[in-house]
Amino acid sequence: MADALLWTTLGCYAAAAVAYAIGFRRPAPFGAAGTWAVRVGWIVQSALLGVEAGDAAGFPWATWSGSLNLFVWLVVAAYLIWGCRPRYRLLGAAVMPLAAVLLAVSYAGGGTSGGGGRYSSVFLVLHVGLVLVGFAGFTLAAALAALYLWQERRLKRREARILRVGVPSLVTLDDLAGRTIAVALPSLSVGILVGLVRLGLDGGGFDALMALTLVTWAVYGSFLLLRYEAHWHGRKAAYLLLAGFALVIAVRLGLPAAHFS
Amino acid sequence: MKLVLVGTSHRLAPLEVRERVALGEREAAQVAAELAANGMEAVCLSTCNRTELYVAAADADDAEARASALLSELASLPENELHPVLYRLQDQAAALHLFRVAAGLDSLVPGEGEILGQVRKAAELGATGPILDRVFRQALHAGRKARSETAIGESPSSVSAAAAALAQQVFGELTGRTILVIGAGKISELAARNLVSRGATIGAVANRNVERARELGGRFGAKAIPLDAVADELPAADVVVSSTSAAGFVLGHEVVREALPARRGRPLFLIDLAVPRDLEPAIHELPGCYLYDIDDLEAVVTESLAGRRNEAARAEQIVAAEAERFRAWQASLDVVPAIASLRAFAEEVRAGELARAQGRLGALSEDDRKAVESLTSQIVNKLLHLPTVRLKEAAAGADGGAYADVVRDLFGLRDDAGSDRLPRQ
Repeated sequence: MADALLWTTLGCYAAAAVAYAIGFRRPAPFGAAGTWAVRVGWIVQSALLGVEAGDAAGFPWATWSGSLNLFVWLVVAAYLIWGCRPRYRLLGAAVMPLAAVLLAVSYAGGGTSGGGGRYSSVFLVLHVGLVLVGFAGFTLAAALAALYLWQERRLKRREARILRVGVPSLVTLDDLAGRTIAVALPSLSVGILVGLVRLGLDGGGFDALMALTLVTWAVYGSFLLLRYEAHWHGRKAAYLLLAGFALVIAVRLGLPAAHFS
Repeated sequence: MKLVLVGTSHRLAPLEVRERVALGEREAAQVAAELAANGMEAVCLSTCNRTELYVAAADADDAEARASALLSELASLPENELHPVLYRLQDQAAALHLFRVAAGLDSLVPGEGEILGQVRKAAELGATGPILDRVFRQALHAGRKARSETAIGESPSSVSAAAAALAQQVFGELTGRTILVIGAGKISELAARNLVSRGATIGAVANRNVERARELGGRFGAKAIPLDAVADELPAADVVVSSTSAAGFVLGHEVVREALPARRGRPLFLIDLAVPRDLEPAIHELPGCYLYDIDDLEAVVTESLAGRRNEAARAEQIVAAEAERFRAWQASLDVVPAIASLRAFAEEVRAGELARAQGRLGALSEDDRKAVESLTSQIVNKLLHLPTVRLKEAAAGADGGAYADVVRDLFGLRDDAGSDRLPRQ
């Protein structure tokens, strides 16, 4: 059952990625088809998470692959908030391929067999949940930053076809990315805090993933500081968001064994 | 009833003919009323590019002759002189033409939006009946559909509209954005007006002759400043529009660069409409600054018009489908009287037979009587359902008239909703 749901989700996300890619040239009907594929995929993935929660003894997403699955669900949920509007559909061209790939990686890394962790459920829900919400926000902000850089490059190149593709304005993209980080960073901060409290209470080593997560937090913290104190907007801010996202990818994919064992 | 169109447009008639038949709203309404006085439905659509008379009448030739004569009278030209620049279309072809007009496919600039409002107004002022009401409602629907399902009306068709659309690529909504206008000439004013129409406000007008700047600024509630005070206005401006006749650059790269810290990271969009250019091209290299000159804007307009023409092919499919729907509806009118007569005849038979059986049914209770009424009605409806559907289907094809004649012949019907004979008593 869970496998069937996962493959359906993967199929929907991949179809959405393809539809959005074609939608660059032919927004109708591919843009709308892409958004419907995302919606259906997200609902099926929600069902998948429900099945996993029902089958697992404890918190079902304590494993690396399980947490990646939950992460993808959160990213797509965050995307759906804006992705339903035609003008933001191009964001899907950045988000959905990533969602499909990460879901496939999650499956390759452990399939749909969730398992209880060695920690209490409340701790995991707070720690994993909040950290993943933060990372999902960073992922969306990175997609917004990528779209910003693409659109800014077209304006700087004075492309004659610039009005052919409907893209949100530079100011809108910059503003949305900033607001997304303003929501995601506090979530990550509380998630890290919960993790550190547990570390203090139960003991345990400080691993590389924790260190990299703190570096990520510092990068996004400096983004907000520079934005509101030094008025960092535009291209510089977008590059900083992409640098931060590189760390998010490293945390999510590069160091699974160090933290989830 | 036939739908007839007689008209002329920029496709056939030169301006000197078009201006002779161009009508204001009141005159157009009078022309429609004049045609309607002859027992026709009539609408007059008159814009700067076309004057068209849409008429629905039983006699198409008569309607066409009257409409041609009226146009000839309006133009004060003999009919044989006006004849070569008139088009005359009927039924589906006339409907297709109107739908193309409403979708902007027959306009000078494909997809222009003004025509849809003009079609609506013409219909409101006309003397419409079932045919013209239907065809104009469908035209408005086709026009809206072509614009919502294709991008035919989205891209700008003039340099000033392109400048405003590009500013929106940077800022999104322009409400609350401030424009700095350099030069108080017509070109700057036109571009600024386009931005103002999208919600922006003019903060200042700079000109070598401050008096002229004051004149233009006064119209927009903006302050007037001399050219050498432009640097002071840069921190507050979001969009700079420049068009002066100065020989050298009016605004240099260094001046803008020095203003950037005070702008706190806000982007600056600059439009240079002057030849020779007013704004130093190197400004475009500064972070957050986007400078477009007249060539850049014209390239955007050319490209967007090409885009509109591509979209026009898709819009043509939409209006063709609508014209086909109109044809099917118009054809169905041929069989409606036959269906009505058939149903009236059947009802007559049913009621007559029930009345004849009154004596034998007299002992029935009220409930049983109602049950018999309902049963006989159901039998009639079931018997007539398939023939009715088939007649409508035939009407949508080309055989509607023939089928209607056969039905009339078989049942001895007249089109005044009755039959030649009465049911047997």
